[in-house]
Order: sequence, then structure tokens, then C-alpha cells
Amino acid sequence: MFSKLVPIPSGAMVPDRDVDKSPILECINLGVTFGGLKAVENFNLTIGRTEIAGLIGPNGAGKTTVFNLLTKVYQPTKGTILLDGNDTHGMSTIQVNRAGIARTFQNIRLFTDLTVEDNVKVGMNNAMGYNMWSGIFRLPGFWKEEKVAHQRAMELLSIFDMQDLADAKAGSLPYGAQRRLEIVRALATNPSLLLLDEPAAGMNPSETAELMENIRKIRDTFQIAVLLIEHDMNLVMNICEGICVLNFGQVIAKGSPEDIQSNPTVIEAYLGKKKEA
Amino acid sequence: MATKLKRMAPSTRSSFLTYGMVIAAYVVMQAMLSGGLLTSSLKGMLVPICAYVVMAVSLNLTVGIMGELSLGHAGFMSVGAFTAVIAAAALQNTVSNGPLRLVMSMAVGGVFAGLVSLIVVVPVLRLRGDYLAIVTLAFGEIIKNIINCVYVGMDGTGLHFSMKDAASLGMAADGKVLLQGPMGAVGIQKLSTLTAGFLLIMLTLAVVLNFIHSRAGRAVMALRDNRIAAESVGISPTRYKMMAFVTSAVLAGLAGGLYAMNFSSILAKKFDFNTSILILVFVVLGGMGNIRCSIIAAAALTVLPELLRQFADYRMLVYAIVLILVMIFTNNPAYKAFFARFRFRRKTAGKETA
Repeated sequence: MFSKLVPIPSGAMVPDRDVDKSPILECINLGVTFGGLKAVENFNLTIGRTEIAGLIGPNGAGKTTVFNLLTKVYQPTKGTILLDGNDTHGMSTIQVNRAGIARTFQNIRLFTDLTVEDNVKVGMNNAMGYNMWSGIFRLPGFWKEEKVAHQRAMELLSIFDMQDLADAKAGSLPYGAQRRLEIVRALATNPSLLLLDEPAAGMNPSETAELMENIRKIRDTFQIAVLLIEHDMNLVMNICEGICVLNFGQVIAKGSPEDIQSNPTVIEAYLGKKKEA
Repeated sequence: MATKLKRMAPSTRSSFLTYGMVIAAYVVMQAMLSGGLLTSSLKGMLVPICAYVVMAVSLNLTVGIMGELSLGHAGFMSVGAFTAVIAAAALQNTVSNGPLRLVMSMAVGGVFAGLVSLIVVVPVLRLRGDYLAIVTLAFGEIIKNIINCVYVGMDGTGLHFSMKDAASLGMAADGKVLLQGPMGAVGIQKLSTLTAGFLLIMLTLAVVLNFIHSRAGRAVMALRDNRIAAESVGISPTRYKMMAFVTSAVLAGLAGGLYAMNFSSILAKKFDFNTSILILVFVVLGGMGNIRCSIIAAAALTVLPELLRQFADYRMLVYAIVLILVMIFTNNPAYKAFFARFRFRRKTAGKETA
């Protein structure tokens, strides 16, 4: 079911179907320091075009910091991020999104006073071309593009079976639906790399199973790469093709789920060192 | 028709209700006016009410929709008012048609208010929260003080400007002073009518409601609700906030033009900090982001001091007490639940037919 991971010349692991293509994301010696604290150091990661990759590690390891570096919420103090071969140096959050990275947040950040449909349409904003005047005077461009946007919003919402909630306020949705809506909103920006920050947090096992199916479905339909942070090991080991383990801002292991599960360094990071008798 | 109304998006239905309310109010007022049912003091307030309604709706775009507190909205009204008055005088000989001249000079007022807001918007949008409020407050005061020192006159050769006094304008013998510094604008022709005010309200509503329900409006509200998330989906804060801020200022300029041309003379002092706060009170009382109720609040609070005239010296005290009571009651959970019930019923009724 999962494609096999093979090493490519740079030594990184990517699914074999992506070997011939250039990777969508390459982080080279990425690092950031806050004051004297090295939050992330020497972070190297390569993600293939259609790979589902996982970023795991104990609390405070710097996983979300990596996401914030990729989306330029923080500017990296060291290293390079290549998105589709292009250096993202000096780009803003907005420009990185236009270049193809979309994300969700660990603590949900929806536009709570907007409807579910409008939340998704905000994600499509940059794909729309009509200007303020067509909006105010309702010129033909407005009607044409809004109609397309409505249809596409409904299509995207149907991934999670949320079409019926389109008119509800985003803030009034139950927790799980809010998490799903964040994914839909990120997808609406038409990304080539989707970053999911703890997508299964607060979900029950059946919801998590459904989410796993949907993440795979998203990858297959949109042919995009997914990088996810998750503490639910069942989810990570089941859907991720490549896993990167962080601890204290350093990568301590990289590889396929099987490799990671049997890696002594990873076990030590999670469970602590066995006391020598 | 009824089923069609129910099938409409809730936002569209709400917009139509707002337009309908304004049209109904206009028809009633026009009927009462022709029937001679209005007292002369109330008659004189019709145009100011229209101007204040436009001010409240346009400020709601900044405060309610964009979520930034602006305390200098009267400044834009002031710019619009004085430029419109000068434009109306300058056009007196070329455009003889009264309503047309009113529209043209109001447009000049709107354009100038928009231009001034373009200058203000650059420093303002670098700030947020309290700091933005302080800068807009200062802006309102600066505009008031500048207009207090400007002298404008007109003679056969055209307009003359001076920052010193009326004598230094250097006009020909047929010259007429239009703006006399601290004495304000004098000799204004009364061009504003209730119909003009009504049409301006309808224009303002169309602009603001259509703005809100377009991609620019969604982007502005997204930035208000969660700036970080909005940036993560590629929304540029500066660009969209600027659109909302300038649109709001242009509408305030138009309202200023309408307001000024209802009086024979007008002072810069009229558009001071108190006026900005008064407009903010309309918005807060009506509800942030609630366009329809800010119209009602603006109309009610403009008429209220007039109705309280019998309390003589205690008028403003009673006004304040009424304001506090209304705020307390409208914030009451029981009251809110009562109205929420209506909304819920209407929603389910709509679903059944669909």
C-alpha cells in the first residue's frame, strides 16, 4: 500500500514514485536562535512531491518552530529553505503562501465571525482576480468569480462532508469540525505543500481513523505533499512514509516508520534512558 | 416571492431588510413633511440625521468590520464639508442646476476626504489598537486647527487662498470671502434636501454592504478575526485595510458635504473630538459590524436631544442616562436570548422550504 522509501543522491529518503522528480521542499542546515537559545539547529529535511511526512518529537522539541520557520512567521537565522527548488530567503508569510505552502495551527485559528463558506473563500482570495470596484458595483466579474468560488468551496467542504455547515458561523462549530475546516481553508489556497500541526488533537479514535483516510484522499486527489506534526503514534506510523524525529531542536532520527519504531535513540528520547544496573 | 426570499443567502436577506427599512423611513418622512406634521425644529434635523446615518455606517466599516478604533472620523467629515462648500461656490456660475451642483460639490468633498485619508493611512496602518486610536484622534484635531487658519475667497479671476487673514487674499472688488478662518464658512447656499440625504444613505449602504460581501470585505474581516491565520492564507493586511479605511473616509467626506450645505454658515469647531465620539457612540450602541442597527442608533440619538428639550438644563444628563440604560438592556442575556429565538425560528423555517 505504501510506496517504498529509497535514498536519493543527497542521502535523503523519498518515496520511489518521487525519485525522478525534484523534491518539493528541501531544508538545508536550517536554524533559529531566540536570544541565546538555539530553538532549532542543523535541521535538514527533504520532502518528495507527493509524500506524506511526519515530524514528531517530545513536547518542546521545536516542531511547531519548524513550521513557523517554513511559513516565515520566524525568519531563520541560519540555513536555506528551498521550495520547489526556489530559495524562500527574505519572503514574508504571505509570499510563502503564494509560493505554495499552506498550514493549519496547533491552537485553532479560524475566522470565527465568518461563515464556514466564507472562511474557505478567504483562502481562495488570491486566486480571484476581480477588483474592489467590481465588488462594490457588482460588475459581471464579481458574479462570475463568486459563482466559481462558491462551487469550489462546496467541493472542498465535501472532502470532510461539511457542505451542510456552509452557512454556520465558524466559531460555533464543534472542535473536530473546526480542525477539519482549518485543513479545508489551507487547501483552498491551492498549496503544493500542506503543513498540518496536530490535526488529530482532541479527536476520538474513530474520528482519527476518518482523518487518516481523508489525509490520504487529499494527497491522492490534489497530488500534493503533506508534512504533519502529531502525537498520535497510530496515525503517524500508519500514514507517514517518512518520519523525522526532533529533540531539543536537533534531528535525532530520520527514516521509514519501521526504522523509527526500532531506533534506540528515539525510544530513549521518548521514554528516557535505561538505568544501568 | 416569499419562497424566493427564504432561499436567499442570509446575508442577502439581511441587506434587503436594511434597504427596505431606509426606504420605508424615507417614505414616511416625506409624507409627514408634505402633510405638515413635522415641527420646524424636527424638519431642520432631517438632513443632519441623514448625514449622521452615513457617518455611522461608514465608521462601522472601520470600527466594526475592520476592527480598528478610529477617533478622527469627524476630521474626514470636516474636510469633505469645507471642500464641498468651496466647490459649490466655485461652481455657482457654471452649474445653475441646484441638485446637480450639490452632487458635484459633494463628490469634490468625497474625493478630498479620500485624498487626505490616503496621507493619513500610511502611518495609521503601521499601528494597532490604542496607538491607532491616538493617531486618528490627533489627526481630527490637526484638521480642525488647519481649517481654523485657512482663508478662501473668490472673485472674477478664481479662487484665492491665504493662511493669514481675509485682507491678504488680494481679491478684486467683486471678491467674496468663502472661508474666514475661525469664523468658518459663511454665505453657504442651502442645497441639501431630504431626498439628497436619502439617496446618499442608499449609496452608502450599497457601497458598504457590497464591500462587506465581496472578497475585499471577507479579507478585512478575516484580518480582524485572526491576523496570523489571514496572513497564512496570503491576505495582505496593508492592502485590504487601506481599501476599507479610504472607502470609509470618502463616505464621510460625502456626508460632510451634505451636512455643510444644510446650513448658511458652518464652523470647523463643529467637527471636533466630541463629534467623532458621538459617531462612535452610534456605532457602539447599534452594535459593532451591525449596519442596520447603527442606522437606527444614529437617527434615534440625533433626535433624542431634541425630544429632551423640555428637561432644559438637565438635557444632556438625561441623554447620558438613556444611553447607559439602553446599553445595559441591550447587553442583557435575557434580551439577547429573546431575539436569538426569533433568528433560530426563521432559519429552520427557511430550511424546511429548501
